[in-house]
Amino acid sequence: MIEVEGLSKRYGDTVAVRDLSFTVRPGRVTGFLGPNGAGKSTTMRMMIGLDHPTAGRVCIDGRHYRDIVEPLRSVGALLEARSTHGGRTARQHLRWLAQTNRIPTGRVREVLDQVGLGDVADKRVGGFSLGMSQRLGLAAALLGDPPVLLLDEPVNGLDPQGIIWLRTLVRGLAAEGRTVLVSSHLMGEMALTADQLVVVARGRLLADTTVERFVEEHADAHVRITTPDPDRLRSVLGEAGIRVADDADGSLKAHDVGVQRVGELVAAHGLVVHEMGLRTASLEEAFMRLTGEES
Amino acid sequence: MSVLGAALRGELTKARTVRSTWWSLGLAVVLSVGLAALISLSLRDNPVRGSGEWDPVMMGYLGLTMGLVVLVVFGVMVVSAEFTSGTIRASLAAVPRRGVLFAAKALASAAVAVVVAVPTAFGAFFAAQTVFGERGVSLGDDQALRAVLGAAAYLVLMCVFATGVAMMLRSTALCLGILIPILFLNSQGLANMPAIRAVTQYLPDQAGMVLMQTVHRGRGVLAWTDYGPAGAFAILLGWTLLALAGGYVVLRRYDA
Repeated sequence: MIEVEGLSKRYGDTVAVRDLSFTVRPGRVTGFLGPNGAGKSTTMRMMIGLDHPTAGRVCIDGRHYRDIVEPLRSVGALLEARSTHGGRTARQHLRWLAQTNRIPTGRVREVLDQVGLGDVADKRVGGFSLGMSQRLGLAAALLGDPPVLLLDEPVNGLDPQGIIWLRTLVRGLAAEGRTVLVSSHLMGEMALTADQLVVVARGRLLADTTVERFVEEHADAHVRITTPDPDRLRSVLGEAGIRVADDADGSLKAHDVGVQRVGELVAAHGLVVHEMGLRTASLEEAFMRLTGEES
Repeated sequence: MSVLGAALRGELTKARTVRSTWWSLGLAVVLSVGLAALISLSLRDNPVRGSGEWDPVMMGYLGLTMGLVVLVVFGVMVVSAEFTSGTIRASLAAVPRRGVLFAAKALASAAVAVVVAVPTAFGAFFAAQTVFGERGVSLGDDQALRAVLGAAAYLVLMCVFATGVAMMLRSTALCLGILIPILFLNSQGLANMPAIRAVTQYLPDQAGMVLMQTVHRGRGVLAWTDYGPAGAFAILLGWTLLALAGGYVVLRRYDA
């Protein structure tokens, strides 16, 4: 379990993280969602003590990261893919990491196979693609078989197969009872991977809820109607007491009403309609709506 | 202690697994010993002027500067390469106690430096004395072994000193821009200006010279010092500890 309490980080005049509090629980995937520059990476860096918080604190299973002896056995983190010397091989990189935390060197081979780098174990990291570097970062995070995993934008640089592989891996790790925090600015990916969502923008917490409830609360479900005569339709719906709004492309959005009732009204007034249907917002729209309101 | 030991193992693996470590340090030994022989060859037939002028041990170490440059660059790179490659984040995640990480790093620098410095110091001594022949000294002669060990200590301490300075500055270019003039240009110029000699004699390269001498140069001679070998060792140790303390303060506050 990760507990973030009143966490703030200021760099000079810039506030990267503002009084952030949330809890990440074991046994499920928690998505850490926010636009670029929202403070996700800064928050994750503070979780493992790379950055010093200006205020507040983070506890991982009740302890500060720096107080954990051999922390790679307790917390695995993928922060930035490129965090090793290009002259070392993948195996050498994992070997020195294993030595610092007295992890049996047999684990090096295991995690390299697990992330699909077994064939390039003795190649220099400098020649790795971004996707391969990401996989090496994952191998490093998994090295100590830790109960807590922090993955910052892990799908970056992965090809479609890689993304599906990662999704399965991450869900499997959570199913084993681990605490898994995955950050992303890609809402669609989070919808498929995460159970729980922590949404931040401009360093502030916007939502801490389940994926379903988040969509429910922030998605704006409506009937969307495309017609050559929007003015007449607007007045017809208005007279029926239905809240109408304009969509960006000139279509109309009818709120708090079923598609059946709108259809009946349209028929009763003999209106021409090109397209009509119920729209439930995706996680992406819900997210855009929420973060858009903030900025 | 076991935490430090594990961190040290990791640091030694890091040093071993970068190719430049091997060729640069090999070069350090070869250059220093080779230059010792060549310089001795050119000095062999010099007439002796004063009694304190003929110091065959010291003369054998005139080429040590090349080895020193390589070791100083190594000491800097051990730290600065972590910052340019981003390895520092992995290092801090693995060893979050910053004092432990830095101690492991300094110890790894020292260990590698010992492996290079001891053969360099003895190799240069034997090369030079072989060339000097009858005018040379043997290891059993007065002050000779002490000066050879002094040369090795000088190399090791300067390598660790460079590691400390690099942690303070974190930039290869900035570090070498400061260290190279202080350590290598001094002796030829600035440090010997009489007006400031009372202060400049305490610079690390001046103390290093004293460690490698078998004949003390008191006031009145060029490159004189007010201290002997023991003082020189204390001065070098002081510079090294100061650089390490500065590096630790910087690393403790650093946001990776």
